[in-house]
Amino acid sequence: MEIQQAVAFGFDRVTVRRAGRRVLDEVTARIPASGITVISGPSGAGKTTLLRLCNRLEVPDAGTVGYRGRPLDEVDPLALRRRVGMVFQRPTPFPGNVADNLAVAHPDAGTEEMTIALIRVALDPGLLGQEARTLSGGELQRMCLARTLVTRPESLLLDEPTSALDEQPKRVFEDTARELAAQGITIIWVTHDGAQADRVADRIYQLRDGHLTGAPAEGAGP
Amino acid sequence: MNTTVGWAGLAVSLLLVAVAAGISWWQRLGLQRQILIAAARALAQLLLVGAALTLVISPGQTIWWSWLWVAAMLGYAATVARRRAPEVPHLLTLALASFTAAAVVTLGVLFGLQVFPLTGRTLVPIAGMMIGNSMTATVLAGRRLTDELRDKRDEVEARLALGQPSRQAATPYVRAALRAALTPQIETTRATGLVFLPGAMTGLILAGTAPLQAVLVQAVVMFLVLAATATTTVVIALGLIRRLFTPDHRLMHLAAPSDH
Repeated sequence: MEIQQAVAFGFDRVTVRRAGRRVLDEVTARIPASGITVISGPSGAGKTTLLRLCNRLEVPDAGTVGYRGRPLDEVDPLALRRRVGMVFQRPTPFPGNVADNLAVAHPDAGTEEMTIALIRVALDPGLLGQEARTLSGGELQRMCLARTLVTRPESLLLDEPTSALDEQPKRVFEDTARELAAQGITIIWVTHDGAQADRVADRIYQLRDGHLTGAPAEGAGP
Repeated sequence: MNTTVGWAGLAVSLLLVAVAAGISWWQRLGLQRQILIAAARALAQLLLVGAALTLVISPGQTIWWSWLWVAAMLGYAATVARRRAPEVPHLLTLALASFTAAAVVTLGVLFGLQVFPLTGRTLVPIAGMMIGNSMTATVLAGRRLTDELRDKRDEVEARLALGQPSRQAATPYVRAALRAALTPQIETTRATGLVFLPGAMTGLILAGTAPLQAVLVQAVVMFLVLAATATTTVVIALGLIRRLFTPDHRLMHLAAPSDH
């Protein structure tokens, strides 16, 4: 029973308005801490906004978002973002090689820690010295995932991370995410790809016109 | 030799305006009217400024009138900067703050350390050159930083999402903007004397000052402009960062230039 599971993120009557439109309309839901929760829905439904609320890249106009029982406006946003990592829709490499990229996330990370991070995302540790922008799309997106992992997050927000990838690298990314979920990392995965949702999800919630359906709302709140 | 231009000389120089208007007419550019209006406007403005300056910096006049003149230039330059780059938020107050900072630094060195004697005759033109050049650099730096943060929003937010504070996340883009704003001034400084003879020096030589003396004044002016642009751009960039990010380290929405 999902209701008995530990809650990672709680949404309590969360509303986000943009240009007079309600992107999220009084969303009340809770996202369990275990496994992969997929938020599915058409483009423009508010999926990305919902995700960005979880690491405070955006704040709601009304309502409360909570993480592990604490309202986010009471949590230091910088500490929160190291606990709740994010991978964006398009890869976001920084200048320099792969090691430089991982060092942005964790300047004190040694080669061993970086190597482990690359292995966790199925990348060859030999790539550490390679210029990041010369990697393929799939490698680049997994490097971004590795970069997030060196902050040792408890949760991961994935914003359509494979939308620009071909079938094979897409499957590799999915397997990597499933592996990370099995290691105990909470994952929220936003996608509009129904087949992918079925492959990776432990549960699927639908977001349509600012309303979230399929999600348990009982006991919701931060 | 002391070279002066009389009213007759000025009238003859209008021939040069006629040359420009003539080229426009010949090539059917349709710019004749604009050229004539621009020339007339420039002449009227210069005559007005000349008359006002005669009053302000005439011997025996208190220096406070000159300071007032500097303050007015500063305020006007800030409004011009804002008008030129409306897409840069809060530019009016930031430009005012940065020009003031540059004035304190540069005028402090030049007058505080007595490179020039503090008189209306030295204060007004020096402050004018400082503010004029700072204004260009301000627009360049403000625009470039806003563009960088807007166009590379994904990258900036990826840094924020890794837990970097906004100031740190913005550092690469601040550096790019400062480099872009300072490089033209460095290039100008480097090419001075070889590629072109700058305005202050040309003016002094035309007015009969010995070339070596003119060169010394020009060198001081170049260093003044270099320090002024560096100071204004760094104040603009750091001030903008404080205003483009929220206290909880989120990047605000940035309008594209076309939205204005």
